[in-house]
Amino acid sequence: MPVFLPTDALVWLLVAAVAAFAWTCSRRPHLAAPWARVFRSRAAVASLVVLAAYVLVGLLDSLHYRPQLPAKSPGAPAVYAVEARSLLDVVLTPLRTRLEKTYSAPLATRLYQKEQVEQPDGRSVREYPRLRHGGAHLKDEAGWGRDVAWRILGGLAAAAVLWSLLVLAARRTLVRRWPEVPWGAAAAALGALLLLVGPAALLATGYHVLGTDRVGSDVLYQALKSIRTSLVIGTLTTLVLLPLGIVAGVAAGYFKGWVDDVIQYLYTTLNSIPGVLLIAAFVLMLQVFLDNHAGWFATSAERADVRLLALCAILGLTSWTGLARLLRGEALKLSELEYIQAAHAFGVSHARILGRHILPNVSHIIIIALVMDFSGLVLAEAVLSYVGVGVDPSTTSFGTMINAARLEMAREPMVWWSLAAAFAFMFTLVLAANLFADAVRDGFDPRVRV
Amino acid sequence: MISYIVRRVLYAIPILVGVNLLTFLLFFLVNTPDDMARMQLGQKRVTPEAIQKWKAERGYDKPLVYNDAEAGARKLTNTIFFEKSVKLFVFELGRAEDNRDIANEIRTRMWPSLALAIPVFLIGIAVNITFALGMAFFRATALDLTGVVLCVAMMSVSTLFYIIGGQYLLSKLWHLVPISGYAGGFDALKFVVLPVIIGVIGGIGSGSRWYRTLFLEEMGKDYVRTARAKGLAEPVVMFRHVLKNALIPILTGVVVVIPLLFMGSLIAESFFGIPGLGSYTIDAIQAQDFAVVRSMVFIGSVLYIVGLLLTDISYTLVDPRVRLN
Repeated sequence: MPVFLPTDALVWLLVAAVAAFAWTCSRRPHLAAPWARVFRSRAAVASLVVLAAYVLVGLLDSLHYRPQLPAKSPGAPAVYAVEARSLLDVVLTPLRTRLEKTYSAPLATRLYQKEQVEQPDGRSVREYPRLRHGGAHLKDEAGWGRDVAWRILGGLAAAAVLWSLLVLAARRTLVRRWPEVPWGAAAAALGALLLLVGPAALLATGYHVLGTDRVGSDVLYQALKSIRTSLVIGTLTTLVLLPLGIVAGVAAGYFKGWVDDVIQYLYTTLNSIPGVLLIAAFVLMLQVFLDNHAGWFATSAERADVRLLALCAILGLTSWTGLARLLRGEALKLSELEYIQAAHAFGVSHARILGRHILPNVSHIIIIALVMDFSGLVLAEAVLSYVGVGVDPSTTSFGTMINAARLEMAREPMVWWSLAAAFAFMFTLVLAANLFADAVRDGFDPRVRV
Repeated sequence: MISYIVRRVLYAIPILVGVNLLTFLLFFLVNTPDDMARMQLGQKRVTPEAIQKWKAERGYDKPLVYNDAEAGARKLTNTIFFEKSVKLFVFELGRAEDNRDIANEIRTRMWPSLALAIPVFLIGIAVNITFALGMAFFRATALDLTGVVLCVAMMSVSTLFYIIGGQYLLSKLWHLVPISGYAGGFDALKFVVLPVIIGVIGGIGSGSRWYRTLFLEEMGKDYVRTARAKGLAEPVVMFRHVLKNALIPILTGVVVVIPLLFMGSLIAESFFGIPGLGSYTIDAIQAQDFAVVRSMVFIGSVLYIVGLLLTDISYTLVDPRVRLN
């Protein structure tokens, strides 16, 4: 039975909107020109490949359903599980279901903690017990090194084959169609990605590639699940931020007078409250509200999802001021220009001037602000979750992963893999987003046009 | 000048009133004091008496804005709005959940916060300007490109990583400084070194890149070309002309955060166990101590407005072209 979580619906809506926007841009040369400049940058193309991989994982994780439980008697009405699963969960079933008892290091065959183990002859010894799943296929642990090496080699070989096939296919189609795009950079990024994914996938069938956490669940699985949370926060926030920022900024700059005064007052007031504190105040109140209306949500997943959505709304409500200020300045400048004055003189209505003359001429600022905000929001999620005003503790996110792993810092030897995994996945995502954002800024900023 | 400052201070009042109304709206209207009491006391099996007692202890048992039972001016003053929101203006912040006076707490916790924030601020600016100047000097060379790429990479690393990584390397592996804690007087030094280093490193990425663009913008101007044309050496052009003029946007950009240094750094303080205002705020958020969060929101906005005022004044001090009116 399919389940529509609110964020899922919005994510797909956003995908549709982006597709529609891309289609519009491709049909109009003046809209396509800046994007063509963006796609001539090597960094942009390479980072876009990485971002696409992340988005693919996130989208797979945004199709939820409730699995049907096995019927107790034939002919009984179908019963569905309470817990919602996503397509990604299905793909990663082995990772999701193979739980260990507690911590285990990456690729380990034994648990991280000593335990009392019964020997076959009845004696009990304190030792590191074998894992239930990690390396369980090995009869003799001496073969561990050989097995891991073979899996890595196999994964690399498979990746190389897949990569060559993809590159060959692209040569025939994409490269011919758009020869000016630096496909070499895309191929290099794709190759690097595949060389990591190939061995990891093959290793994951027998081991815990990134180890397990305190309750024994696979860290790689958690990291992949966190991607959706990050992407949702980075993108859905803009759904709130954009309308507020655009309406307030353009209206203030265009109408001036008391409208300007009111809007400026509003955003100075909001701006004057330190960001984290404002978010914290909002989220604390949200917590009280959700706790007092616990009956509204059928499942805990739904509740966590509503909280995620509310967090996006709060982030949007508290961060539209920057965009509004930029747009106000630009609209102020534009409204003094001759062609706007001429439009006034011809009796063109305000709505038409705003829609046809002002908005198209500030759109580059909007797009630049959008892509620039994304990486900041992804980083903010981790910090907010640490402060305790982030996503629901039951939602997997980089923030909750770091938060849980932080408590184990003092252990000897240190449990580092959860932290390392969360930081590595986050760093790759944010770096790709930053590089892409830089390219977009260079492509759209009219000052750099030659 | 004085009349300008007076005008700006008067302009700040409506903003503070706005902040005040917003916090009142958030903390008392979206959720009633009853909701907060239930949350604090635990959801299940809370008796109405317990809620009444909780509210009475904290003074939340009054009407929100208008008290019908009282006479005269007390109709308006003996209310939650007056007691809890209006009194913030005279910095009567009330008491925290542990019954300590918030204003008193802020006065003692301010110093550790400053001990951390001021060095991070000053050293950070110096380091960022140095790096940015270096990149601008070697612009469009491999060195500049490496620097920019490094900056973007450093910007992409989470603050939490810098903190955890630094604690692991310097404290756990090399045993150079204690992992966390704080002591008064000169003993504070060894506790503050690591957070300061991490604070500075964490800011290098975005800071240097931003200053680099400022320097490059300045270097494209006509007076720089003139300076070169009259035969000045490049270092002289950089230091005597470009640096001086680029300092104007840099200085005015950083002045706004100076008052906010009092608030401390939320994340660093709580990781390093420094008993400053940042960790105070975080503890309050985690313990859902609404009185403290409300006070910090108000103080934060007061400090921000002071920062805006200082920014405007600093413009006139460093740039003789700007006149206040």
